Amino acid sequence: MPPSDHDPDHGHDHGDAGSAQATQRVTALVDRLERAGVTSDAEITGVLERFLAAAGPGNGARLVARAWTDPGFKARLLSDANAAIAELGLDMTHWAPVRLVVVENTARVHNVIVCTLCSCYPIALLGPSPTWYKSEAYRSRVVREPRALLREFGLAIPDEVEIAVWDSTAELRYMVLPQRPPGTDGWSEERLAALVSRDALIGVAG
Amino acid sequence: MSFAPGDAVRTSSANPAGHNRLPRYLRGKRGWIVARRGSFPLADLRAAGRPAPDEPLYTVAFAAAEVWGPDAEPRQTLHADLWESYLAPI
Repeated sequence: MPPSDHDPDHGHDHGDAGSAQATQRVTALVDRLERAGVTSDAEITGVLERFLAAAGPGNGARLVARAWTDPGFKARLLSDANAAIAELGLDMTHWAPVRLVVVENTARVHNVIVCTLCSCYPIALLGPSPTWYKSEAYRSRVVREPRALLREFGLAIPDEVEIAVWDSTAELRYMVLPQRPPGTDGWSEERLAALVSRDALIGVAG
Repeated sequence: MSFAPGDAVRTSSANPAGHNRLPRYLRGKRGWIVARRGSFPLADLRAAGRPAPDEPLYTVAFAAAEVWGPDAEPRQTLHADLWESYLAPI
């Protein structure tokens, strides 16, 4: 099965029994499409390989490093992210286009993303989602007790900082813009990008 | 009924049997509009294989205390992307 992003009607996490059933359905559907000459196993594999070869957290990290060093780019990233990421040759078109929203961490607000209904995730910018992101434990606890959950991730959010949780319930995908670490004045974009982890782009790391 | 940022809204309390994108934990809750995100086919109809015209989609914010009551963690807001037909003005 393809990674469960973008098309919201696929990739729901229904647990093991549901996954097995979904796998059977997908296998049957692919078999029918192949026999009808609509597609081939090689074509499907090629599409997936090309997509995944270009999708990884380095993309998100490049965006963050550019935003940290270019205030104009940062403003565009926060106001119209799809247009801004195109400046770096990136786009959110997976199998279908989706709208990207970037949410900025500040001294007063810490952001964290989730998809409580299934597992929506900005795959083009972060690569395939980690297993825990799709777990029922993460999806239920991050909306109910995010501060306690983030502490378990090793991220202590000060009591005075608001936690904003973004549940991707429809045709938007979210990415967190972390705060620039102190002591990095004058650093190059490449050096800054190396500081940005996938988990920081989800909001579960600093 | 269309909405603008800052408008107070209440989510639907309905529990439809079919596909629906209003999470259970946000049903019948008071929130406010953060942004209008354009218009997209209503997923409920699309999943049912019915014609799904574009419908405005909004990011809606909720105070954690509105959703979880007195046991909510302090200083938390929840946001979800909700179609217009899930929302009513307050």
